[in-house]
Amino acid sequence: MSFDQFLQYIVSGITNGSIYALTALGFTLIYNATDIINFAQGEFVMLGGLTAVSLHRLGLPLPVAFCGAVLIVMLVGIIFELLAIRPLLKASVLAQIIVTIGASLAFRTFAMIFWGRDSLPLPAFSGETPIKIFGARMTPQSLWVMGLTLVIVVALQLFYRRTLAGKAVRACSVNPEAARLMGISYSRVVLISFAVSAAISAAGGVLITPSSFMGYGSGAMIGLKGFAAAILGGLGSPIGAVLGGLALGVLESLAVGVVSAGYKDAVAFLILLAVLFVRPQGLMGQRPVEKV
Amino acid sequence: MHRKNVVIVVAVLAALGLLWMVGCGGGETTTTTAAPTTETTAVATTDTTAPAGPSGDPILIGAVVSATGPASPLGEPERAVLAMMETQINDAGGVLGRPVQIIIEDDQSNPKEAVTATQKLIQQDKVVALIGCTTSGATLAIKPITAEAGIPQLAMAASNAITDEPPMDWIWRTPQKDALAAARALKYVAETLGVTKIAVLHDENAFGASGAAEIAKSAPGLGLEIVATESYKTDDTDVTAQLTKIKGANPEALIVWGTNPGPAVAAKNMKQLGMEIPYIGSHGIANKAFIDLAGDAAEGVVFPAGKLLAVESITDPAQKAVVSQFVAAFEAATGGKPNTFAGHAFDASALLVNAINTAQSTDAAAIQSALNATTGFPGTGGIFNYSSTDHDGLSVDDMIMIKIEGGAWVWAK
Repeated sequence: MSFDQFLQYIVSGITNGSIYALTALGFTLIYNATDIINFAQGEFVMLGGLTAVSLHRLGLPLPVAFCGAVLIVMLVGIIFELLAIRPLLKASVLAQIIVTIGASLAFRTFAMIFWGRDSLPLPAFSGETPIKIFGARMTPQSLWVMGLTLVIVVALQLFYRRTLAGKAVRACSVNPEAARLMGISYSRVVLISFAVSAAISAAGGVLITPSSFMGYGSGAMIGLKGFAAAILGGLGSPIGAVLGGLALGVLESLAVGVVSAGYKDAVAFLILLAVLFVRPQGLMGQRPVEKV
Repeated sequence: MHRKNVVIVVAVLAALGLLWMVGCGGGETTTTTAAPTTETTAVATTDTTAPAGPSGDPILIGAVVSATGPASPLGEPERAVLAMMETQINDAGGVLGRPVQIIIEDDQSNPKEAVTATQKLIQQDKVVALIGCTTSGATLAIKPITAEAGIPQLAMAASNAITDEPPMDWIWRTPQKDALAAARALKYVAETLGVTKIAVLHDENAFGASGAAEIAKSAPGLGLEIVATESYKTDDTDVTAQLTKIKGANPEALIVWGTNPGPAVAAKNMKQLGMEIPYIGSHGIANKAFIDLAGDAAEGVVFPAGKLLAVESITDPAQKAVVSQFVAAFEAATGGKPNTFAGHAFDASALLVNAINTAQSTDAAAIQSALNATTGFPGTGGIFNYSSTDHDGLSVDDMIMIKIEGGAWVWAK
């Protein structure tokens, strides 16, 4: 492997990794507030991308299509929470998780009927002239994805640490009942989490569509990788989600270079398991405190 | 703190994996066939009243197509053509002086439905022969049934296994099979491009893997050396890592075997990495969707296809006449342009009617030997030469190479 090749593997890995990181952030957000692992997370990514394609085809400029898609999917997230999660808030977390599995299938089927089976493209945000970093090359679109990831993780960190609403979310995550007794509306926290999580994933979906296209089934793979990244980083930690995503992306890319593309996922997931074996709480997760 | 239940996490991982596999499986149903290029809003009637010409009991021919469901862009034109052919044949006096009735069943793009429909056609309707199916999956599912019943079946799907694996005594096909497309692409690389070192990038699904195996088998015979073989998963969003590895092996041309969107991702990624070697695709990108997805990166991409995509490439006068007649009839009947799949249905019905006429009988064994004896028969897919051992009928010369230039298809001579 030459140095240029090595560099390209790292750059490719970071590019893909930031997509996983964005999805992992969505998982993290909902998990923090509710303990729910939202299986429909990848579907929010897919809906974001496809909605933007439709809006762009209606003649709207790209920035408007981007904002429109984020808003529409945010609305979908809110409706999903109201219709499917809210009635089960008193049931076990497992019941809520199962509902998200059903929802992911429903979203996927709807997308197949509405947008068809073909993957759809979107023009690149700022051209397609590759950016050279020594011997490696990346598309300007990757910078958009990485930039958005950075902005979101900083914003989330500020939200959790500095705002009252963020502190309310953290309080609910630690102990919903105690939080409720303190006057925090748990159901509102859940609703906000779903809305923001859907919006983040949708934004990610729009940004990756120009380079990797979007089809009705694209969400499944992105959801799986995003979930793995969230676990690797330590469920619940936004910085962990980003680190987990980038680590997974680079691991996959190097696995292609060193072993073979056929073993890409196997290598990445083996390392994931190994990390969890040593640090079950993930890279940035906090070791759970057992209460007696 | 969170009650982190390891069992839940493991169950969740397993469930996600399962979901993912379901997603992948769904994607594979269209892999053996290229998506259509024209939308056919067919209004062909299924009117079966026999015209004045032919008389007596109608000759019953069964057909199983995917008129609805995911494969309907392929199956619906096939259904329209079969309905059109029934009228056309009967207007021309029928077969053996009797009218023909083509009973068309819809398998809803589901191999299980295809099996049910086939059993109904054979046992209830007692058809003399069967045309079908649209997808490779359904064709392979009903193949044992027609073989068991001894009913001639004309397949319209491209998977190698349809005629490569037994039972194959009762099945013939009209599309160019996958292996033929691979052979044509290699011929282009070796003879037209004149290079020797090639790399292969293929999808890991059945279509991509069998194509790559075919290329690996035939390349040495043409003096081609495969310096790198890499693969990707159908829903991979980026193949720059694979391409970086391929680039390191310094090939003179890259063959990409898969169906959308993978090959379009590869084309874009090649441009990103500044790889300027020729890109040779599979017949899986013989659709406008590839051009839409890859955009500028599609320029200069070359792929094998049937001659129907570039009618001017047909040199055989008999085939030229058949194709232009078919195109005119299809346009008159449906108002749209026929795609490759419409052509497959036309060829299947024409070959079958020709065999019944030659056999002067509707006896299955007589039709079987007539089909095996069919040679030099011009169709939309090429010149068919069946024999008792060759149930594909077509050769490498029945395919051409198409180049993408200015966002359109051009015949690459």
